[in-house]
Amino acid sequence: MTALDVPTDPLVIAGRTLASRLILGTGGASNLDVLRAALRTSGTALTTVAMRRFDPAAGAGVLDLLRELAIQILPNTAGCRTAAEAVLTARLAREALETDWVKLEVVADDHTLLPEPFELLDAAEQLVDDGFTVLPYTNDDPVLARRLEAVGCAAVMPLGSPIGSGLGIRNPHNIALIVEDAAVPVILDAGIGTASDAALAMELGCDGVLLATAVTRADDPERMAAAMRLAVEGGRLARGAGRVPRRWRAQASSPAGAPWPDAPEHVTRHR
Amino acid sequence: MIEVHVNGQQWLMPPEACLADVVTKLMSEPRGIAVALDGSVITRTDWVRTALHPGARVEVLTAVQGG
Repeated sequence: MTALDVPTDPLVIAGRTLASRLILGTGGASNLDVLRAALRTSGTALTTVAMRRFDPAAGAGVLDLLRELAIQILPNTAGCRTAAEAVLTARLAREALETDWVKLEVVADDHTLLPEPFELLDAAEQLVDDGFTVLPYTNDDPVLARRLEAVGCAAVMPLGSPIGSGLGIRNPHNIALIVEDAAVPVILDAGIGTASDAALAMELGCDGVLLATAVTRADDPERMAAAMRLAVEGGRLARGAGRVPRRWRAQASSPAGAPWPDAPEHVTRHR
Repeated sequence: MIEVHVNGQQWLMPPEACLADVVTKLMSEPRGIAVALDGSVITRTDWVRTALHPGARVEVLTAVQGG
C-alpha cells in the first residue's frame, strides 16, 4: 500500500515478493544512525552491501543493522574489473552472507564506473550456471539487456547515468526500449539525483529503482529517503494510471469558449 | 614457521597451521565472513581441515556499506 492506501502490485524478483519497489543501497552514509533512519524511512525491503577485506578494527556494524531492520541483503561485486574477480567475489558473498542473490557489477574503469559489457555477460552466465540469482548492473543498452536476460539473469538493472553522478536518466528512450523487451523485472540502477528522476524511471515502466548516493549523501538523508519512497510509489501509480497523450496545442479542460462569447473585447483579443 | 599472505599482509604461521587458525587470529567470533585460499572459496566447515602452505594467499572478506 502507498502513503494514500492505494493498492499497488508488489515487485517480484525470482519468485520472491519485495514489499517495496525502492531498493536503497547502504553506500555513502556518514554513520550507521543516519543509515538506519534512511533505511527505515525508505521502506526498502532489499539493500546492497559491498565485499571487502575483513578489518579487525571495523566490526560487523552494517550486518548487525540489517539484521535488526530485517532487510534482505543483496551483496554486490563492486570494484571488480573482470568476470573472474566478480565470480569469486559473488561466491565469497554467498559463503559470508548465506544468500545466492548478487548484484553483479563489473566495471571498466574508475572514472566512469561504466559496466564492462563482455566481462559482465561472461560473469552473469557463469553465476547463473552456479545457481545464483543474478541482478546485473548494466548499461542503458537494450541489446545487452536482452543478452543478460537470455543467459538467465533474474532482473536487468540499467543505469540512468554513471554511478554517483546524480545526472538522472540520460537516455529515457533506451530505458523504455529495455522495459518493452524485458520479461524479467527492470530496475533503474545508478544516476538518480532527486525524486523526479526516480518518478521518471517508474513512469518509463521500470519495475523498481535502486539508489544510494542520492539519499545517503543528501543534506538530509532521512527526508530524501521519504521523498524517494513517495516518488517511486507516485511514478508507479502514474504508469499504471496511463498518462494523457502529449499535444502540440492546448486543449481546454473547461467548457470551450468564453462565459460571454459575444463581448467585443473577447472577440478582438481572441485573435 | 611458514610465511603466508593474509589480506595482503605477511604472516608467520606454524607449519601445521590450518585455515581455521588464521581466522581465529583475526576474530574471536567468525560471523559474516568468507575465506578464499589461493583464489578459491573454502567453505566454513572445511577451514579446520585445510592446511596452509608456504606462500599461501588467504583472503578474508566481509560485508561493508556499499552500492
